Amino acid sequence: MQSLKRVLLPVRFRPQLPAGQDAAFEAAGGVPPTGTGIRLEGLSRLKQSPKKSDPAPSRLSYRMQRWMLTPGIRLGMRIGVPFCLVFALGSGFLASEKRRDALNAFVADVRASIQERPEFMVKLMAIDGAGTNLAEDIREVVPLDFPVSSFDLDVEQIRQVITGLDPVKSATVRIRPGGVLQVDVVERQPAVTWRTRGGLEMLDETGAHVDDLASRAERPDLPLIAGEGADKHVDEALRLIRAARPLGERMRGLVRIGERRWDVVLDRGQRILLPVERPVQALERVLAVNEVQDLLERGVADIDMRLGARPTIKMTEAAATEWWRVRSTSGNGQ
Amino acid sequence: MVAGEKYERKRAVRQMMTDLYQSQRAMRQMRQQAIQRGVVAILDVGSSKISCLVLRFDGTGRLSDDASVGSMAGQTGFRVIGAATTRSRGVQFGEITAMQETERAIRTALQAAQKMADIRVDHVIACFSGANPRSYGLDAKVELETQVVTEAEIGRVLNACEVPEYGAGREVLHAQPVNFSLDNRSGLIDPRGQLGQTLSVDMHMLTVDSTAIRNLAHCIKRCDLELAGVANSAYVSGVSALVEDEQELGSACIDMGGGTTSVSIFLKKHMIYADCVRMGGDHVTGDISMGLGVPMAAAERIKTFSGGVHATGADDREMIDIGGDTGDWEHDRRSVSRAELIGIMRPRVEEILEEVRVRLDAAGFDHLPSQQIVLTGGGSQIMGLDGLASRILGQRVRLGRPLRVHGLPQSATGPGFSSVVGLSLFAAHPQDEWWDFEVPVDRYPARSLRRAVKWFRDNW
Repeated sequence: MQSLKRVLLPVRFRPQLPAGQDAAFEAAGGVPPTGTGIRLEGLSRLKQSPKKSDPAPSRLSYRMQRWMLTPGIRLGMRIGVPFCLVFALGSGFLASEKRRDALNAFVADVRASIQERPEFMVKLMAIDGAGTNLAEDIREVVPLDFPVSSFDLDVEQIRQVITGLDPVKSATVRIRPGGVLQVDVVERQPAVTWRTRGGLEMLDETGAHVDDLASRAERPDLPLIAGEGADKHVDEALRLIRAARPLGERMRGLVRIGERRWDVVLDRGQRILLPVERPVQALERVLAVNEVQDLLERGVADIDMRLGARPTIKMTEAAATEWWRVRSTSGNGQ
Repeated sequence: MVAGEKYERKRAVRQMMTDLYQSQRAMRQMRQQAIQRGVVAILDVGSSKISCLVLRFDGTGRLSDDASVGSMAGQTGFRVIGAATTRSRGVQFGEITAMQETERAIRTALQAAQKMADIRVDHVIACFSGANPRSYGLDAKVELETQVVTEAEIGRVLNACEVPEYGAGREVLHAQPVNFSLDNRSGLIDPRGQLGQTLSVDMHMLTVDSTAIRNLAHCIKRCDLELAGVANSAYVSGVSALVEDEQELGSACIDMGGGTTSVSIFLKKHMIYADCVRMGGDHVTGDISMGLGVPMAAAERIKTFSGGVHATGADDREMIDIGGDTGDWEHDRRSVSRAELIGIMRPRVEEILEEVRVRLDAAGFDHLPSQQIVLTGGGSQIMGLDGLASRILGQRVRLGRPLRVHGLPQSATGPGFSSVVGLSLFAAHPQDEWWDFEVPVDRYPARSLRRAVKWFRDNW
């Protein structure tokens, strides 16, 4: 049994308008009212056309299907063809100079609009841990005209510039929420003053330059060192100064001799010549002798400790003369 | 004079065997390739339908080391990923008679199966039922050289088989060693490594008309496919429809197809006989068509819906509308009682079964320890066939369906698909054939060189 389907019969010829049942059928929307005519040749259209009895694919379609099922071809269709398409479209679009510039401008525009949002703007620089002078110096070496976008700031580079300043021991730079460029500085603390031919300068405990000094009176609290290459042995000098604390006001300073050893310079022209090796112990020996014998209170010009096995004392000229006089007197037997 | 003739004949047979070796080995190699690639198509070219499965081999489920069959009956190594069936055209009695038509039908089935599998298939293993299969029993006996059975010795004993003159225009389809015996021990499945003096083998050889194979190969080549194996459908439907015990103890599988009814006898898990009756379900349909005066399509429909072979009293009252669309009201409103229909069908079915009986008797089926008969194939779905068959063939008859394999669609589980399912099992676990063993060296032309060397050594 073939299934009955409603088939729209073609309207071939309709000389007069339908009446009666046909009119009712048309009014119900059975057939689209197209022109005037009457349905003819209906029955032959209702018959199904003879079906193709052979379902076999043609040789071409069979080969085509097999070709499309080949793994390489399938991969190519899935990946290669879209890739080529996108590539071709992209290069076609970019072939024109005008479009390329427009694209670049558009990209730059979008970039700028994102970078210049108020969330990303840095409005001021806050410096913590630095004195007024240093803060001014830092503001001088980091010339920024705020507000500036945080995308344009190279924080590491700024930090290196600040760390490059002499009085700065270390620094951290970060962008704080709220648009603040926060600079935390640890200053170098001067430990000694160093007198050179060029003038006075302050050094910290590692021997690094902190600042120049106009006169010694500005920082009388700092001990004084002198001599070439003294800044390279500041820690040793500091140890000596600590050991020489019992000398009190008598000590004037330390002098580096020949870039290898220290002299302790006292007032009244006295000097203690220390050896290259273990100078602190040598100084302590002198101080111990001084404690017992009041060595430095006598007419001694230099105490030479350079040879540990044979400390030598150079007397002052007056003391030497006096000593000769005393000896000759007693030598005469008078 | 007579001796010279005999020698000539032997040489001709040997030449033939060498060709056979080469073509079968090429096919075996192709099958290895296909399995390595993982996808192979299985094609059953029948007289009424052509069915195609696409198998994917995933490398799991090999047989265990002792070659025992596991819980899934050794069919876990593959999965059916595509299946299609189409009406066969141009095939009669299981042989291709119209190449173009058959090629188109194969193409239809393959395209649909490929589409379902979503993968391209390049290798196909095919089976067909017709082409006058003829079974030969071969045997040979050799003295072992080293008293140990090695693979080379098995090759030697297989080659010692006296090949009968099976005639020009025939080709060997299967040649399977079914039994080895060593000295006086028989029934060895795998004698390798055993000790003994004499090794003998029984072999079953099946030949078919070579034109049928050639036509099939040509059709498949025209579809841009490589033929990776050919099998007889009597054999493969036995593989899938018989359960393990039946194969072991002896049974016959009767595959009632459209154009042919093929018979195969199994014993000790080997096919020992195969034959084919050139009558099938199409002949029953033809009888109905002639008897009722209806076209073949209508006759087929009546047979499928109302057919049977046992008439009861109720069948006299049950009227079947014959139908028709000639436009003649009287002609289109004819009806026939079911008893009449059974009266048309039964003689033909009986004739087929009688013919099968004759073949079974000729093969000596009565002497098997168990005489189970399994009916399968599309024709076995006729109602009441098992009762009729047990009256003609013997008491132990059952209807067989193919094994369930992974991924087989529900529509392909009927008895009509036992040969295609069996062929996929066969593809996964092929039986050792003659040509799987190495030819002894003295069969090659290299022999002349060896002889020269021997002569040289003897004389100098």
